[in-house]
Amino acid sequence: MTDSTKSGFYEEIGSQQTFLDANELVLNMGPQHPSTHGVLRVILRLDGEKVLGTECVIGYLHRGVEKIAENRTYTMFNPYVDRMDYVAAVSNGLGYCLAVEKLLNIEAPPRAAYIRVILTELNRIASHQLWLGTHALDIGAMTPLFYTFRDREEILKIFEKYCGARLTTHSFRIGGTQYETYEGFEQDVNNFVKFVGPKIGEYEELLTTNRIWVERTRNVGVLGGKDCIDLGVTGPVLRASGVKWDLRKAQPYSMYEKFDFEIPTGENGDTFDRYIVRIAEIRQALRIIDQAVNSIPAGPIMAKVPKVMKPPVGEAYVSIEAPKGELGYFIVSDGSTQPYRVRVRPPSFVNLQALDKMVRGSLVADVVAVIGTLDIVLGEVDR
Amino acid sequence: MADETTPKDQLKPPETKPAAEKPAAAATPAPPASAAAKPAAPAKPVAAAPPAPPKPAGPTPQPWESEMVANFKRRFGSGIREASTYVGQNYMVVDASIVYQVLQVLHDDEGFDYCVDVTAVHYPKRDEQFDLVWILYSFPRNERIRVKTLLKEDAAAPSVSSIWSTANWLEREVFDMFGIRFDGHPDLKRILLPDGWQGHPLRKDYPILQQDTEWVKINLGIESGQ
Amino acid sequence: MLDYVTGYLSSTVTPGQAGNWLWALVYILIIFGGVSGIVIVMNWGERKALAHMQVRLGPMRVGPHGLMQPIADAIKLLTKEDIMPSEADKPIFWMAPVWVVMIAFSVFIVVPFGPTHAVTDMNIGILFMLGVSSLGVLGIVMAGWASNSHFPLMGALRSSAQMVSYEVAMGLAVVSAVVMTGLRGAGPYGVGDGAASGTLSMIGIVQAQQQQHVWFIFKFFPVGLVAFFIFAVAMIAETNRAPFDLPEAESELVAGFHTEYSGLRWSLFMLGEYAAMVAVSSIAITLWLGGWLRPFPSIHGPAINIPFFWEHPELGVVDFVFSFAPAMVLFILAFFAFFNAARMPKHPLLKIQTLGLYAFGLVLGGVGLVLLAPPVRDRVQDIFWFVFKIACFMYMYIWYRATWPRYRFDQLMKVGWKFLLPLGLAVLLVTGFMGLSPEILAWLKGVR
Repeated sequence: MTDSTKSGFYEEIGSQQTFLDANELVLNMGPQHPSTHGVLRVILRLDGEKVLGTECVIGYLHRGVEKIAENRTYTMFNPYVDRMDYVAAVSNGLGYCLAVEKLLNIEAPPRAAYIRVILTELNRIASHQLWLGTHALDIGAMTPLFYTFRDREEILKIFEKYCGARLTTHSFRIGGTQYETYEGFEQDVNNFVKFVGPKIGEYEELLTTNRIWVERTRNVGVLGGKDCIDLGVTGPVLRASGVKWDLRKAQPYSMYEKFDFEIPTGENGDTFDRYIVRIAEIRQALRIIDQAVNSIPAGPIMAKVPKVMKPPVGEAYVSIEAPKGELGYFIVSDGSTQPYRVRVRPPSFVNLQALDKMVRGSLVADVVAVIGTLDIVLGEVDR
Repeated sequence: MADETTPKDQLKPPETKPAAEKPAAAATPAPPASAAAKPAAPAKPVAAAPPAPPKPAGPTPQPWESEMVANFKRRFGSGIREASTYVGQNYMVVDASIVYQVLQVLHDDEGFDYCVDVTAVHYPKRDEQFDLVWILYSFPRNERIRVKTLLKEDAAAPSVSSIWSTANWLEREVFDMFGIRFDGHPDLKRILLPDGWQGHPLRKDYPILQQDTEWVKINLGIESGQ
Repeated sequence: MLDYVTGYLSSTVTPGQAGNWLWALVYILIIFGGVSGIVIVMNWGERKALAHMQVRLGPMRVGPHGLMQPIADAIKLLTKEDIMPSEADKPIFWMAPVWVVMIAFSVFIVVPFGPTHAVTDMNIGILFMLGVSSLGVLGIVMAGWASNSHFPLMGALRSSAQMVSYEVAMGLAVVSAVVMTGLRGAGPYGVGDGAASGTLSMIGIVQAQQQQHVWFIFKFFPVGLVAFFIFAVAMIAETNRAPFDLPEAESELVAGFHTEYSGLRWSLFMLGEYAAMVAVSSIAITLWLGGWLRPFPSIHGPAINIPFFWEHPELGVVDFVFSFAPAMVLFILAFFAFFNAARMPKHPLLKIQTLGLYAFGLVLGGVGLVLLAPPVRDRVQDIFWFVFKIACFMYMYIWYRATWPRYRFDQLMKVGWKFLLPLGLAVLLVTGFMGLSPEILAWLKGVR
């Protein structure tokens, strides 16, 4: 078997041109690039500075997670799930546990649900903070990166105290959570909420009214609401285009219906709106955490789950609102201890498809901005 | 009910509480019952112990009755093989020959404007080996359904990338992983694996070990240590 | 012979004008060393200041608080492998960084650090500076072309387009400052004594500010301020610094004209870039910020006489107070050095660093004391204020880099052509109008 890494697009056009011929320049933003947030290859067709078309070549981080799932039991597969979207690992875990619980027809007890909500929302904030830092860095503002990472440290400290890991946390189990909240958990989370509110204001101070930031992001990578729905784009990208839809409100899971929060939307669907929407989402997440942490119910943290998990024959699709979009798990069970098929519906994969539409007609410098604003994580795109 | 004591239960190790995997409502009678069942458990099926309550019925697919399904059944007749609900999720099993029209009607008339996912499952022992699944969602109705069709090996499926643009990459991935070709797809080629890859990994008969040793021999020139 | 050497010391003109080759050479060497010193300090200062703005510490290991970092960087760059692309145009590849450095340093011939402290004072000084600094663009283009790869070429073309467009705006701002030297203006603007005469000479421009008792940034307020603002923005774009650093940004597709350069050649580019920053800053300082003049140069206060320490009957108490400034600055720096040395963690491995920092503080304090001595103090005032202003400008450069994202290329060109150019024209016209207002008013009166 050959291991060719050239795609047909590049072969047809790239090999027949020297770089001074013709009007079209084929430029390769190769898998190793400071701005592609992972191993993503984008082949651009340019006319001078203008982008005529793009093609994404992905799969550099494909690890065969879905195939691995067929050879692991349900509990054994749980840690693998974190490694897909490694930035927002807690959400991945939540989606998987909810999907298996659906198949087993059990529900996590309220205390576990509240803990899950708190950790998931903390992870949402951490993911958005990382996004903001790297996105700003791509556009040239070096400083917000350090601020966001410094504040993200607090979240990672809480995770570490809770389950021992900072990034790929494996914090949930099928049926609930394994660990009780540690001594001082509510205190830590409350302190964090108080601490990070003004910090978000710091990021906004550096960027929202900065005329260069606004000029670099306004009307860049515009994607209308209808196009979003047609392309299957979800998450903050969809909300910034004006569609007010959030799975936590539309089809609540894990007791989200008990919390009061808003869904921020944008108007134009440009990069600036996506930035505003994500900052607003951080604030709403803080709201949810605030409500949740002060009212965690007492009770068990784990439902009655058999030691050997054999869901009855059947299939189920459960999706959650991950920081990047709709993250779905389609699990097919054949009655044995190992799933027959696990399909992960990754939001970044589907969102990345929209890159071509968003970037046609823009300048080269905007490609980097748009890749950043889509908030893709290659671990999730490739699995 | 006697059919609760399926052979599956007998395979369980005696000390698990089989009743515990059912919803919490059934869990409360379980502890005293299983405690009573324990002394009698070692080699006997659980239902043989009289105090143990019958295991509550596991979820089974219930028929899905709705106006939309009735319309479809009227229109496509026997092409709609099954329309059921399992654990609260609605799905339809449709003949491969009419599935494109069904999807078209779902998009145009019933308002399922968002194609969440296109995926497949491989059952090598069946005659129609592939289960091709579309998961659709409707924004106006806040409703999600699955449409499933069964494909024989080497059968081509219709591409829905003209209905939902999102299906473009999703179908490429199904092709890459399963080898199902999609008619009408603008650019069907591998997406996650390199272009020259042989084989389709998510099929059940994909020989991982053999591929690994072959690759190592070709590319590294040594014997794989597997 | 000795006469040749000492005869210059009592001269009141620059060595170029006095025709004294030896002293001209001495000044050239001093300026070369001084600018190189500024570049070295900037290397350290940029990394530390940028780091502190980004909530981190910057280099801390190489010397106490990273003070020896520039030396480490220099050694690293000098010992790196010299890579030249195989298809590159070798003579031009070699020439490009040399050209950039040459031009960047040639500009300093006319930069005045004091009334006689310039290598020479051409009567077309400012024109010479603008003209020669424009030649730097050629070096960039040579670098991009010689690399024989389309990324550097695209970067070089972008960079040269950017520099050329902003030179127009710079030129207009400069012309309005030159116009200010010759026009007195009426009413509250017409101050100072002595006849105003227009001049292009750098020393003449500063002396005009001295005669008119106003730094040109405040002349015809706010016109001078706007002209300074135009020049400040244009000079950042000239030197390819943030927020106009798209051609050399790492996260853009095109890595810039110096992609293929490594080691010593790259360090020459960096040397040229920092020297160019100092050069355009010194133009700005000379034209608008009073060059070597201290703040409030025309206020002298009552005369004061301290035997041996201050015996200048023509200067007043305000001059006396300001004369402590150089020493004060160095004492403050020494204080910071001592303070941080005292705060260093008490760890045996850090003993040498702590001692080093104390020694550094002592050296700074010692230099400060030397600067208090009357002979040194009197001569160093002009140079000190000039370098102090350059330091402020350098800090602003670093601050801009930390704060702002970079402009996209088309937005950058838009700013240069559609905003700065019309503004520059307007400023020029308004300056002329306001400067000629006495004559205009007189003419109007005569007409009536």
